[in-house]
Amino acid sequence: MSDSEKSIDLATKEMLGLACNKNICTAFDRHETMEPECGFGQLGICCRNCVMGPCRIDPFGEGPQEGICGATADTIAARNLVRMIAAGAAAHSDHGRDVAHTLLTTSEGKTKGYGIKGKEKLLNLAKELKVKIENRKIEEVAHDVAEKCFAEFGQQHGELQFTRRAPKKRQEIWRKNRFTPRGIDREVVEIMHRTNIGVDNDYQNILQQGIRTSLGDGWGGSMIATDLQDVLFGQPEPVRSVSNLGVLKEDEVNIIVHGHEPTLSDVIVAASQDKELLELAKKYGAKGINLAGICCTANEILMRHGISVAGNFLQQELAVITGAVDLMLVDVQCIMPALGKLATCFHTKIISTSPKAKFPGVEHIEFSEEEALPIAKKIVRMAVENYKNRKKESLNIPKEKMELVAGFTSEYVFKMLGGKYRATYRPLNDAVISGRLRGAVGIVGCNNPKIKHDWAHIELTKELIKNDVLVVTTGCSALASAKAGLLVPEAAKKYAGKGLQEICEAVGIPPVLHMGACVDISRILTTLCNVLTEGGLGEDISDLPVAAAAPEWMSEKAVSIGFYAVASGIFTVLGLPLPVMGGKNLTEYLINSIENTVGGKFAFESDPLKAADLIVKHLDKKREALKLKPMMYGE
Amino acid sequence: MSKIVATAAIRGAQKIVKDAEDFLNKAIAEKGESQKIEFPDTAYYFPMAYALMGVEVKTLGDIKSVLQEAKSLLHNEPTEQIWFPYLGDALDSGVAAILAEEIIVGLRYLYGQEPQPDCVGFFSDTILRQLGIQLVDGRMAGFAAILGAAPDNKTAVEIVREFQKRQILTFVGSSTNGVSIIDQLKQENVEMGWDNYIVPYGRDTITGIYPLNWAIRGALTFGGHKKGEALKCLKYCKDRVFAFGVTLGEIDDIKYATGAGAINMGFPIIADTDIPEILPTGICTYEHLVSELDYKKIVPRCIEVRGVKVKVSEIPIPVAYSAAFEGERIRKTQTYLEAGSRYSTAFEYATMKNTDEIEDGKFEVIGHEIDDVQEGSAVPLGIYVEVAGRKMQKEFESIVERQIHTFLNEAQGIMHTGQRDLIWLRISKEAKSKGFKLKHLGTIIHARVHEVFGAIVDKVRVIIYTKQEDIEKLLPSARESYKFRDERIGAMTDESVDTFYSCTLCQSFAPNHLCIVKPERLGLCGAYNWLDCKASFEINPTGPNQPVKKGTMLDESRGEWQGINDWVKIKSNGHLERFHGYSIMTWPETSCGCFECIGAIVPEANGFMVVNREYSGMTPLGMTFSTLAGSVGGGNQTPGFMGFGRLYITSKKFIKADGGLKRIVWMPKELKEAISGKLKKRSEEEDIPDFLDKIADETIATDTEKLLEFLQKVNHPALTIEPLM
Repeated sequence: MSDSEKSIDLATKEMLGLACNKNICTAFDRHETMEPECGFGQLGICCRNCVMGPCRIDPFGEGPQEGICGATADTIAARNLVRMIAAGAAAHSDHGRDVAHTLLTTSEGKTKGYGIKGKEKLLNLAKELKVKIENRKIEEVAHDVAEKCFAEFGQQHGELQFTRRAPKKRQEIWRKNRFTPRGIDREVVEIMHRTNIGVDNDYQNILQQGIRTSLGDGWGGSMIATDLQDVLFGQPEPVRSVSNLGVLKEDEVNIIVHGHEPTLSDVIVAASQDKELLELAKKYGAKGINLAGICCTANEILMRHGISVAGNFLQQELAVITGAVDLMLVDVQCIMPALGKLATCFHTKIISTSPKAKFPGVEHIEFSEEEALPIAKKIVRMAVENYKNRKKESLNIPKEKMELVAGFTSEYVFKMLGGKYRATYRPLNDAVISGRLRGAVGIVGCNNPKIKHDWAHIELTKELIKNDVLVVTTGCSALASAKAGLLVPEAAKKYAGKGLQEICEAVGIPPVLHMGACVDISRILTTLCNVLTEGGLGEDISDLPVAAAAPEWMSEKAVSIGFYAVASGIFTVLGLPLPVMGGKNLTEYLINSIENTVGGKFAFESDPLKAADLIVKHLDKKREALKLKPMMYGE
Repeated sequence: MSKIVATAAIRGAQKIVKDAEDFLNKAIAEKGESQKIEFPDTAYYFPMAYALMGVEVKTLGDIKSVLQEAKSLLHNEPTEQIWFPYLGDALDSGVAAILAEEIIVGLRYLYGQEPQPDCVGFFSDTILRQLGIQLVDGRMAGFAAILGAAPDNKTAVEIVREFQKRQILTFVGSSTNGVSIIDQLKQENVEMGWDNYIVPYGRDTITGIYPLNWAIRGALTFGGHKKGEALKCLKYCKDRVFAFGVTLGEIDDIKYATGAGAINMGFPIIADTDIPEILPTGICTYEHLVSELDYKKIVPRCIEVRGVKVKVSEIPIPVAYSAAFEGERIRKTQTYLEAGSRYSTAFEYATMKNTDEIEDGKFEVIGHEIDDVQEGSAVPLGIYVEVAGRKMQKEFESIVERQIHTFLNEAQGIMHTGQRDLIWLRISKEAKSKGFKLKHLGTIIHARVHEVFGAIVDKVRVIIYTKQEDIEKLLPSARESYKFRDERIGAMTDESVDTFYSCTLCQSFAPNHLCIVKPERLGLCGAYNWLDCKASFEINPTGPNQPVKKGTMLDESRGEWQGINDWVKIKSNGHLERFHGYSIMTWPETSCGCFECIGAIVPEANGFMVVNREYSGMTPLGMTFSTLAGSVGGGNQTPGFMGFGRLYITSKKFIKADGGLKRIVWMPKELKEAISGKLKKRSEEEDIPDFLDKIADETIATDTEKLLEFLQKVNHPALTIEPLM
């Protein structure tokens, strides 16, 4: 594959060219080396859950049709699939747990570098969780809110608190089908139990637990992560920033934060503005300290501080290859182990910080909330000290960068549409009802070298906004849109259909709204609930003309997300199929009959234009069911 | 595009807030923070600040928090590129602007700079309540606030006439390039004032706050919303007050900012210039900002954009017909023909016939037509209306007849006052020149009776008599009928019926209020007695007047029945539990906001004072009617205070439980005179024949000290009966 076929992003193409010249291997190359990928794995019909096997089912029907224990392709694929859900849900939820921990220790005055910046959000949460507010210090309230959220993880029976945010009808569907999660951790454990040899063998029953676990992510762990981060670090509001590798600066100390949690990176922001460290940087001839992010850590500090974005998942190695990164600190999730080896070719220091995530050959400085600011300063100081080791001849910063507006939340929508006194979702609902907007679609998810980098995200996004669909986005998809210039308000005139253009113009928004990191897909869920509460568009999420898409997904987290989206009633289009195609009944269930139970279903479509077509047809079907007016500006 | 508008509004708000701040600083420097400040005749302080923030501005110092809030709502203008969302910011700026404008006009009042010449300035609570009724009964379709000036006087007149025709109250003011529509209309001799539905508020945009802080009071008075319930108040305006702004001429930043304030209230703006439109809906019901360059289309466009429900009765007469003309006066010099009053014998009478007796749509003039008489002369007149219908009843006659007054008055160039054989009718020269004939009186009555009473009336025939001998022949039987009707309602008692009627007409603006109308206690607005409610129920069985079975009598002297309590509980949405029909002191009946009179305890005198809406002076309680009204209205039970209709004062059941008529210690002179005949009769029945002279009025006392002095001097019975408290 030539470099131009690997990505649509100019900076990426340039760096891939450079890597090739320097004989440096990246994920793009390793993907090529890996081909042909294991067909059994892709189809989900290889089982390693006990050591009678490994067993694999012959997809062509000639060889074995069941494993040694007698498990069919459907059983094996379903078990593998829900284990992916368990891993994905665990990742998001563990993230949420850590934030709850930070809030708890902060409320006890045990941390350095944190405070409660989102007071309004805290009070709203307290009300929702029935925590007493009157005559109490904000820290006391925060303490109880953190404890209540903590309790959600270990809860053994009952229902997760935030599932009650869902429309009544949805809650009923969940209860009726035993989908309502009882406790976040419990559901993950139960998946591990059920998929053990000789436990749950009915693929639909296995999926029932998969769905329950995923809901514990979307309406549990992820939601806790988002909400408590807003409490700790402040609620995002629109910010301007810049994206792509061009944000790295030749004459400044460049620090990249990479991973998913804002806990450390938020204090890094403060440390990078420390006077003493800035002085030190000047002493070494740097004009300043430049912070940039990759993946969802980038999204977190972008949303709250407007810190610039170096790139998305497949650009992490390329950032190092610029030779301009003096230090890259990583926390958890989506961090390629390849970084350690790669960094040895450059002056770049990679620092791992989470006790949960260490990398061979990478220096580890363990992070703790109690000593957050001193640790952050220590790391920034290392970066500054490393500036002098930069090699001029290895410096290759692409010039590509693009401006963007981020910082949209479900709460901000009220303000954005109605100001303080008329805070409302009405204009949004009206826009859909009147046929200016066809509906809204969440485009989320990762990068995957199997698909031309950023291409599917951008093609799908552009096609949808052209069809008067408002796009909300998070994660690496948001960063793709940022780099493609879709996150600026000017993009409406350039790319959006007339109806969407009118809305963007009336409100002053871009046609694609950046709502945060991948845990912040919970923001999309609350937004949909608010839309329903505003009224006029049905009673349940499955009534709404909305859909979701993950065109370039790769992570197990995406599987969990996909499931909680579908189980919340949302039609979800994946750019790559779930690894289930070997189980015919299971596949049929996921792309079809599951809709009868939950109102949402999956579609697998790698061509973004075809995916857009599927989505538009789905939105039109929902519009028709709601008896909404035809689209105002025709087809 | 919208960004230009948002930018202008944000900029305008910054300017207005700055001006308010400077003015306030000046005033505080000159007069001190404790300097009292108020608008005339309102119980709502600075109404916009009161509604949106819950602040009671009484002194200059109190304004500071309002100004602070306005400042906190200011935003930066959107950037040239990569801008942030501006809709919310523009709306915030609108609120900032109207809060600041209210401060500015308040301060102007303090300095005697308002109202401006020919302008009404701040709209009083009295006006609010009077027109509120017209709002609910649909006589008034909505309000237009015009800002600026039309390109020429003729266009200005045409626009306001178009609104008038559609029963839309028009506020005119502000200026464009130094010219105000007020002066354009003045130059064209357009009669302005509340009666004409054309009200000049002020010549600058800042005074545009007057219609707005008038409208927001609607939410408080009629909507039952409390101070500080900003969202509820604003949404009430959006859903209930069909107002909109019309800008004539170039729109500057100040107008944009004020417009953004109006949009917060759900009032869209229609401009006659080529401005960027804001079409997506959501804050207003329909479009927010619309451009209409064609003056012929501007009024219909306004109606469409605001969703005003206009009932234009297409009555085939040569003059305009609309509620807007109801209050029109015709002066002697303008009169072509008149009848009644002291000029000639005249009467009107509606009577029921069998359906086969009359032919619908037949109206004739027996005697002279208008063309047969000379300009300025008076003719005898008999307006004889025959109605028939399967559901028509004899007792509805008076209801149909009473509406003749309104029906005729709404024609342009026709003035009608009084009722029965006390009418006075004038037809203007202008109407005559347009071709108006006496037979058109029949045309109007026919059309309107069908429209209003369609449920009970199938046929209407109107005969206009103008010969003296015919009048004299018909009058005695009409008079016989009048007398019969009076005696019938007069003879009815609460005990003589087993059913009362509810009236929930006002729940559209006071959601928890309801009236229980009894034969001996009419509705507090004075417009509906028991028979009217009965008729209304017949006419519209699912309407606001429903029969309520009294049920078991619980307390005879206090007027409490089980059936009534049950009904009250349900219909007040659980808000109320019990009603004592004959007491102010225990479980008094609630008040919406439309009451004719307020009864209020005067503890020192061991009695009550009664004050009527028309009386704007001070009462012995140290409060004016409008101040009192604030605590009485809104559907709440406030023992010691109650709203009621005038006729209730002379009812035998008048606060019977609290001691009845002899508790009245004070009432305005005007009210006393107006009901003196009945009052005298009732005094005699109560065995206190000289009671009338024992009731104090404002010429005797407007404070309790003087009042007590007087009561003791005349030996008022209230002083000697058992204590009220």
